Amino acid sequence: MGQTLFDKIWDAHVVSSKEGFPDVLYIDTHFIHEVTSPQAFDGLRKAGRKVLRPNKTVATADHNVPTWEQHLPIKEELSRFQVETLAKNCKEFGIEFYGLGHPYQGIVHIIGPELGITRPGGTYVCGDSHTSTHGAFGAIAFGIGTSQVEQVLATQCLLQSRPKRMKIEVNGKLQFGVGAKDIILYIISQITAAGGTGYAVEYAGDTIRSLSMEGRMTVCNMSIEMGARCGLIAPDETTFNYVKGREFAPKGEEWDKALAYWETLYSDEDAQFDKVLSFRAEDIEPMITYGTNPGMGIGVTQHVPATKDIDATEQLSYANSLKYMGLQDDQLMLGKEIDYVFIGSCTNARIEDLRQVAKFLKGRKKADNVTVWVVPGSKQVEQQAIAEGLDKVFEAAGIPLREPGCSACLAMNEDKIPAGKYCVSTSNRNFEGRQGPNSRTFLASPLTAAAAAVTGRITDIRELLQEEELVG
Amino acid sequence: MTKIFKHVQSTVVPLPIENIDTDQIIPARFLKATTREGFGNNLFRDWRYDNQENPKDFVLNHPTYSGKVLVAGKNFGCGSSREHAAWAIVDYGFDVVVSSFFADIFKGNALNNGLLPVQVSDAFLAKIFEAVFADPLTQVDVDLENQVITIASTGEQESFEINAYKKACLINGYDDIDYILSHKAEIEAFEAK
Ligand code: SF4
Repeated sequence: MGQTLFDKIWDAHVVSSKEGFPDVLYIDTHFIHEVTSPQAFDGLRKAGRKVLRPNKTVATADHNVPTWEQHLPIKEELSRFQVETLAKNCKEFGIEFYGLGHPYQGIVHIIGPELGITRPGGTYVCGDSHTSTHGAFGAIAFGIGTSQVEQVLATQCLLQSRPKRMKIEVNGKLQFGVGAKDIILYIISQITAAGGTGYAVEYAGDTIRSLSMEGRMTVCNMSIEMGARCGLIAPDETTFNYVKGREFAPKGEEWDKALAYWETLYSDEDAQFDKVLSFRAEDIEPMITYGTNPGMGIGVTQHVPATKDIDATEQLSYANSLKYMGLQDDQLMLGKEIDYVFIGSCTNARIEDLRQVAKFLKGRKKADNVTVWVVPGSKQVEQQAIAEGLDKVFEAAGIPLREPGCSACLAMNEDKIPAGKYCVSTSNRNFEGRQGPNSRTFLASPLTAAAAAVTGRITDIRELLQEEELVG
Repeated sequence: MTKIFKHVQSTVVPLPIENIDTDQIIPARFLKATTREGFGNNLFRDWRYDNQENPKDFVLNHPTYSGKVLVAGKNFGCGSSREHAAWAIVDYGFDVVVSSFFADIFKGNALNNGLLPVQVSDAFLAKIFEAVFADPLTQVDVDLENQVITIASTGEQESFEINAYKKACLINGYDDIDYILSHKAEIEAFEAK
């Protein structure tokens, strides 16, 4: 019987497999950041252990960093201490650290791929749930807790039981104005925030195939929002072309050898999945979330579901969620006034996202009543945006380009949405307080966010755009 | 060395809300500590206190309910991988979380910190809530060795699943790192391939 892509990669990384025990899985690269690593290093120190393979560990500072005037010391003391602690730990244990000011600094899930560290067939972990992003390359990548960070630092391996396999197919032609973010928000709205729990999800179908690497990363990024262990997409020409020539990508003969292997990475025709779901691209509208988990999403022209239509056992939580969001049963989302727009995060802060937003904003201005933050995902994205003159386009629209970091995705740094305010955000989580205590988040694509920036309200991008404008 | 866990009998704290994410369990702004201690004070912070630090109407502020067992609605612990969520629950004083569904990463983090996630059926979960709301002194008994949870007052029981390796770790206080390091030769052989 044939094998799934997931199983091929897993099997190639099993160091030890014993009946009744989780597998010992070899990790090709371990990404670390300042928030989930300090206690792991402490654990090592207490036990007198070393980092087994420092050269397979990559560190960056992203969650706590300011996105304005990064050359100055971090103002908030605890944030500064956490970043300094990472720098110190990296030095002590011999790990390369891409700290503030380093040309490779950025959000951990943006820098791995853009540096050519993330590759087809690899295994990647990080103390961060959106590690699923790296699966876009046809890799196994998942988030782990701090005890496991310590485990991987000490052993370059992770103890892990094999998850079940799910295939999610999307076929057909996307409507204009609909992109990767809408696809994944749509899938989660269909299968709920718990629908993928216990599974490794392979995304397939011609719609997924037609996506750029940036788009595929957006899809895989949000796998965790349906509870999935990880998400992955079989590598193809799009993948190989993206990886080729990047800083740490294999070169010369190494490249040829790697490519020959990568070309074997797909699910065999007769591979068995534990679950298969299919969606039609034509059914997907530009999406917006209205509630407090990423499964609570609808097409931007739809009405918020009525509480009476929700499963009886969940009505209380549902009503609380609408109350938190300040929304009514059956309310139309279109036209809802908003206060902030955040374009950034590991979901949508790659150069392609910024290009798309800039293209739309050219010749337009942000609405007066809205604060708009455009935050590049990495130093390299920032530099590229400047080289292409995108910063000038943003500036002309009344939006200064900020510096790289997680920013308003999680309110651990200076960028926070004030209590009660609404933010259309390209990030991945709309949990209560995620963007600041009592902030209210509407998740959407970069284009839908840009449309809201211009009108000051939730807007159907298709009303502002002619199809030709988006092409090219 | 993880904490040793065998058996707990206690009153419970009921939290009948679905999809409780780790951002609610411990908001991001409290993740700046570099040690594992002290997170309990900020457990469910934004549900417990308003902006002015005044206590809100929330079960942890309710003297009626206390105990070592937290009982919550389905899909508990979804969202961020932050182990701080497990640390906060443990630091607050819970030994067990009962729900009808757990998010993956949270479940692993809990087990790595001596916090036992007990997954029960929707029906059994409803029974626990019913019993506790009828009588806040209701106790549940969680027996890890036999993998059984019992509502003490009614004697109703359900068995629960747990990975055999993880069970052994909890009962004996084993550590994953020791286990993996016992495969050092295999790791090196793998790398040499
Ligand atoms: S951008 Fe947001 S989701 Fe991504 S790593 Fe940073 S905090 Fe996490």
